[in-house]
Amino acid sequence: MKAHTTVPPEAAAALLQRHRFRPIEALPWIIIALVYFLLPKSLALGTQILIMVMFALSLDLLQGYAGITSLGHAVFFGTGAYAAGILTVNGVTEPLIGLLFSLVLCGAFGLLSGAIILRTHGLALLMLTLGILLMGAEFANRAAWLTGGADGLQGMEVGPIMGLIEFDFRSKVAYVYALIVLIIIFALVRFMVYSPYGRSLFGMQQNLNRMSAIGAPVRARLVAAYGISAAIAGVAGAVNAHVNAFVGPNVLTLELSAGVLTMLIFGGVGRLYGSFVGAAFYMIMHDYLARVDPTYWYLWLGVLLIAVVMYSKGGILGLADKAWALWGRK
Amino acid sequence: MNPPGEVLEIVLGVLFNGLASAMILYVIAIGMSLTMGMMRFVNLAHGSFAMAGGYALVYFGEQVGVSFWTGVILATILVTVVSAVLERLLYRRLYGASELEQVLFSIGLIFVASAVARYLFGPSTQNVTVPDSLSGQISLGSFSASSYRTMLIMAGFILFGSMTLLLEKTSLGAKLRAAVDNRRMAESLGIRSDLLFIFTFCLGSALAAFGGALGAEVLPIRPSYAFDQLNYVLIVVAVGGLGTLYGPFVAALILGITDTACKYWFPELGAFFIFAAMVVLLLWRPNGVFSRT
Repeated sequence: MKAHTTVPPEAAAALLQRHRFRPIEALPWIIIALVYFLLPKSLALGTQILIMVMFALSLDLLQGYAGITSLGHAVFFGTGAYAAGILTVNGVTEPLIGLLFSLVLCGAFGLLSGAIILRTHGLALLMLTLGILLMGAEFANRAAWLTGGADGLQGMEVGPIMGLIEFDFRSKVAYVYALIVLIIIFALVRFMVYSPYGRSLFGMQQNLNRMSAIGAPVRARLVAAYGISAAIAGVAGAVNAHVNAFVGPNVLTLELSAGVLTMLIFGGVGRLYGSFVGAAFYMIMHDYLARVDPTYWYLWLGVLLIAVVMYSKGGILGLADKAWALWGRK
Repeated sequence: MNPPGEVLEIVLGVLFNGLASAMILYVIAIGMSLTMGMMRFVNLAHGSFAMAGGYALVYFGEQVGVSFWTGVILATILVTVVSAVLERLLYRRLYGASELEQVLFSIGLIFVASAVARYLFGPSTQNVTVPDSLSGQISLGSFSASSYRTMLIMAGFILFGSMTLLLEKTSLGAKLRAAVDNRRMAESLGIRSDLLFIFTFCLGSALAAFGGALGAEVLPIRPSYAFDQLNYVLIVVAVGGLGTLYGPFVAALILGITDTACKYWFPELGAFFIFAAMVVLLLWRPNGVFSRT
């Protein structure tokens, strides 16, 4: 096969380099580590941010790489949270078992629902993702014997991790716990998006018909991405249940789905680190504004959303890229 | 067991109340269905126009002190003007944008609208004073019905009739249908689709505002209105199918009556059945049950 050698050497080098770890990628992790040592009073908020980073990362896989817009991604987060919570209430207090259980359950749920709904696209797909979320929310609300209904799951006593490390009141353990899960998930997602499979997802986002024409099993790959994304969202939900020792119906709402989409677009879609920037920005803004007055929070959230959609489609990281390019030219 | 007469009365009551909520849903959803069919624009914020209609009625009726019907008309006009401005300033720049952008943009609008409503009117549900002529009951033999809901049903049918006439019998309607079916073909025949679209958009928000104001007693006016009603309006639009007139009407009828019936006979199920039915219907016919494609 001589044809392969005609690839220009610089292009081949760029392809070989693209998955390498760049120094700038260390920055978010350094910041996360610094927060632990320098801001011990903000670790509860920090833990919530790490959880939302995981959740946004799962959505980035779906939206930024596979190109599937979902209004119902909270159903996986919520199912993961409830699964972990219900397991704990029923005596299985080891958090790692809860994580694994949520991972498997949400993965299977994602594969199954994905296989059913990914035959459609456009408005119908959007409505189907929303419909499944609404069904889940209504079920959790009505099945009070299982979920505690509108009051949420009461009496969760989360045991020590691996029988050794007890959750503390200052969220120190919670923060590290969420961080370790995030590192594992991130490594997996990063590996995935740079693998040939991830590239083919990206290709499908660009042009589904052409990918189909060159022989990619489009549907199967989309369903697989949906399942993996659902499993990650489920794990994020499970961590959320463990560190808060509570699961309420607010994990299964359109508002949470919209919130995580918002985080993603604030940070930048399809960039992996967009989830980090977006989730931190959203959660800190929420913490600050909602304390003053929820009216301001909704107003600024709406105004920012409209502004980002109209003027800065790459989100904060997109702006950073542009600024970097301008600075480099000078 | 209830005696047969009583059962009939309950069934009639459920049908009647279901019909009334179906009509508001239809009036609110029709505009969204039209704009979505024409520009493929997913405007989740459409319900905000209905909410704005309700709030405007509260303002005109309670604070300015005009009569109910004058208030409804003023509210409709006000919201129509606001929607025309929004279309020119914001919406038109996102036609042809990706679904994600449209969804997030319109969710952003919902947030802004609800924040403005909360700022101006406070977080509580607003009371609307209905005129005496509408607050009574109409008796028909042993069956008595609220005259307010009777008015809602009549208004719904009149609007459905006039929309049918407008779209089927006038040349404007013919152009509209052409633009919905195939916008580029219509444009190459000399139809100004951008003018048509702003007309449709304003008509849609006018109808939503009218529905929101008229139905203020049934669908409570509060800051979360757009999110509360979003699911139902979206179901009517998606199940009804784009580009048909009777689709959303039939979908609203089925949804309104089934929902009322479910809440009456199976309250423990809540809205679960409705959502499940929507999922099944959309899997069966992704373009809407009543669409032509």
